[in-house]
Amino acid sequence: MRHLLSTRSLSRDDAIALLDVAEDMAAVQEREVKKLPTLRGKTVVNLFFEDSTRTRISFEAAAKRLSADVINFSAKGSSVSKGESLKDTAQTLQAMGADGVVIRHPASGAPQTLAMSGWIDAGVVNAGDGTHEHPTQALLDAFTMRRRLHGAASRGRDLGGVRVVIVGDILHSRVARSNVWLLATLGAEVTLVAPPTLVPVDVSGWPASIGYDLDAALATMPDVVMMLRIQAERMQGAFFPNSREYARTWGLDDARFAQLPTTTMVMHPGPMNRGLEIAARAADSPQSTVREQVANGVSVRMAALYLLLSGEREVAR
Amino acid sequence: MAVRTVLQQADIDRALTRIAHEILESNRGADGLVLLGIPTRGVVLAERLAASIGRIAASDVPAGALDVTMYRDDLGRNPVRAPRPTSLPAGGIDGATVVLVDDVLYSGRTIRAAFDALSDLGRARAVRLAVLVDRGHREFPIRADFVGKNLPSSTRERINVHLHEIDGDDAVTIDGGDADVASAADAAEAGRDA
Amino acid sequence: MSERFLITGAQLPSGERTDLLLDGGVIAEVGSIADAAGATVVDAAGLIALPGLVDLHTHLREPGYEQSETVLTGTQAAAAGGFTAVFAMANTSPVADTAGVVEQELSLGRAAGYATVQPIGAVTVGLKGEQLAELGAMAQSRARVRVFSDDGFCVFDPLLMRRALEYVKAFDGVIAQHAQEPRLTQGAQMNEGALSGELGLAGWPAVAEESIIARDVLLAEHVGSRLHVCHVSTAGSVEVVRWAKARGIDVTAEVTPHHLLLTEELVASYDPRFKVNPPLRRAEDVEALRAALADGTIDIVATDHAPHPIEAKECEWDAAANGMVGLESALSVVHAAMVDTGLIGWADVARVLSETPARIGRLAGHGAPIAVGAPAELTLYDPSASAEFDLARLAGRSVNSPYLGRTLPGRVVATFHQGYATLLDGAVRPADEVARHAAERLEVLRG
Repeated sequence: MRHLLSTRSLSRDDAIALLDVAEDMAAVQEREVKKLPTLRGKTVVNLFFEDSTRTRISFEAAAKRLSADVINFSAKGSSVSKGESLKDTAQTLQAMGADGVVIRHPASGAPQTLAMSGWIDAGVVNAGDGTHEHPTQALLDAFTMRRRLHGAASRGRDLGGVRVVIVGDILHSRVARSNVWLLATLGAEVTLVAPPTLVPVDVSGWPASIGYDLDAALATMPDVVMMLRIQAERMQGAFFPNSREYARTWGLDDARFAQLPTTTMVMHPGPMNRGLEIAARAADSPQSTVREQVANGVSVRMAALYLLLSGEREVAR
Repeated sequence: MAVRTVLQQADIDRALTRIAHEILESNRGADGLVLLGIPTRGVVLAERLAASIGRIAASDVPAGALDVTMYRDDLGRNPVRAPRPTSLPAGGIDGATVVLVDDVLYSGRTIRAAFDALSDLGRARAVRLAVLVDRGHREFPIRADFVGKNLPSSTRERINVHLHEIDGDDAVTIDGGDADVASAADAAEAGRDA
Repeated sequence: MSERFLITGAQLPSGERTDLLLDGGVIAEVGSIADAAGATVVDAAGLIALPGLVDLHTHLREPGYEQSETVLTGTQAAAAGGFTAVFAMANTSPVADTAGVVEQELSLGRAAGYATVQPIGAVTVGLKGEQLAELGAMAQSRARVRVFSDDGFCVFDPLLMRRALEYVKAFDGVIAQHAQEPRLTQGAQMNEGALSGELGLAGWPAVAEESIIARDVLLAEHVGSRLHVCHVSTAGSVEVVRWAKARGIDVTAEVTPHHLLLTEELVASYDPRFKVNPPLRRAEDVEALRAALADGTIDIVATDHAPHPIEAKECEWDAAANGMVGLESALSVVHAAMVDTGLIGWADVARVLSETPARIGRLAGHGAPIAVGAPAELTLYDPSASAEFDLARLAGRSVNSPYLGRTLPGRVVATFHQGYATLLDGAVRPADEVARHAAERLEVLRG
């Protein structure tokens, strides 16, 4: 693997191999010495064109636990009009000898542009691009599901037959897209539930079924309910009337949570809007995986960095 | 290319039994012993040795696996290696006499990596090394304490260890040295210590 | 004195083979010509002679954006593509919304001499869509503007559009509408459909184009005006135009070469060379556009030649500029999309790339069939050539072509404007030589 740009292009075997490496990384996280010498001498740049402290520190912890040198490059506000272009930034990183670039960018496709442009030799990890993909988030979600379901016997397994309901702003969600592709690749059955305004206009090609009725979706007693963050700004775009109506219709409130089997996992990529898309009771229940997701994020990102940066550098395809 | 069998199942059994006795003798019994195999085939050998020692000394000897992938010094020279699980016995390794077990000892680089890996897991009282085959060509000042068979070999030869649990049969074979034919990846795989 | 050219053995759009003598700025003789003393002989065996191509939709970028293109470099690109006249869009800086700016463009074009530069006037002041520009003054200026467009922006206000349509009737003008509903395309990045959802790029729905065309044809019918629709890109737009024409509404429509050949799948690379307004659409749309051009529902091909500097395309998709250069590749692309597919013949090519655009733009001296006495505006095209389209084929200042690396049929071998060569043996003639010919030609006309 030379870059990790999307889950759309990830094969089942590659995905499982990455999750299995993440199991080893998770084991290291449970030791007293949490650090490995593996990427000693390598330089990983966190190139963030968008604020995301959570994702940045997760990648930073992952790189540091593999002994890589980490440079945080906050390029928020940089744009062709306002300052340095992506190309100039890339060439700066190249000159600094970056081996890996973790990029978060508001423009869909920017990581691919960076990886394919020839501006830089480094391996590129997509840490979220626009409304396109956020592959490490989907991988940590899958990792979390697999661990909850199979525990120590997780290695080598996929998510065959696991029923996952993803609820919220599908249209603008890179987390939803990456999860749809990855979960389907791993054999899960995915149902998307959202107001019709927040579903892309044509999802006939997506390996997921679409519904508008959250109660009907929850009545099927899914194995996983994943609530997406809803941004209040969406109201301005007339995607829904107001947050009260949204919470009432598409929020995981106490009543809906109470009807779920106690085995159903409740997931959220964070940060949560408590009381809007998810009630405090659901978020804080033992069924909630929110804190595991954060811990697993480091393991999955260690696995991704290891697989991208440890081997001899392949010739760009 | 010529393939020669140098150890058969009975030879391997005898060698392991002898090593089990030697370990017991040098340790003056089974107390405080922990056997850690280096994946893949070292793990199987460690389990067999632990069982053998257990039978002889009539006590349980803990065995586990120590993966050294993340500690290798040649990661950047080869395609990405998938790490294997590390599993320590419940008591850990602090204060124990750890016997590292591997199938083939070659350059010594794997064992060097194993020392680093081990020190991140705890502080052993002593560390010993047991191998089924020592083929020479050391690149580090490392020597095995317990050796099943010394097998002087050419670097162009390829030594294959087959174990029943993984390969379906027990045997050690040598491929006849036409190393030009073997790709770099094969060579890396050849002595698992390359 | 202009040069004399004897073109031998050329094939006319009708299929007939003939010699042509260009003399004194006109086609002096047609037929088998034995004697042409002093003429430069051009062997046109195997070449097709077309009336000089006319582009109703070119962005020359001067004044204001000379780093992308100038009138000189843009008309050199035109000559390389076989064009002898280009209509220069109004989105320059300053905007071509006064007589002064359009006359400046006209003068720059005449001085360069590679092609007739016919300025298009802005419909509204500064292209802002708020207040009508001085349409009459531009029409009465030396530039004789007849086509008005806010291209790049839609004349969205329906009342303003109605007034513009009515007002230009006074001087036989036409409003060329960039049909794009602005609210439905806020932040839009590519055609809205399955692929945009997958790529996470904000969708540009077909209805945003179709609804404006539908509104405008009804307005044109209501006020009895002439309407031209720029760069039609969807199957639905074709249906609306077809309906309007059947109803007798005075509407004409254009399609770009790239919308006849390229589809949205190219966007999956996130390579900004494929970012254009309107966006590349689905294969079904390309099929519908080809059929519409063949049956006359769409009247013409216009390039929407839109040069951009390298930095506007070497960046992430969202930050990239919309547009592609198209003058140099237009004829080859039409050849590939329409002629090689058997949809139209070379006489139709002459119609959609020369005769009809000149007529829609009310441009004298261009688009006439090749005949004795017609202006010596001529293109010689080698249809048998086939090659990878490379940088050497681009003659303008910018290189944002979507065809680089793609094999295209045909090659423009020679272009004649006002009787002199602007392109010969596939090479653009030197600027000083062309400017001198143009100056001499101007003297002759005045004398």
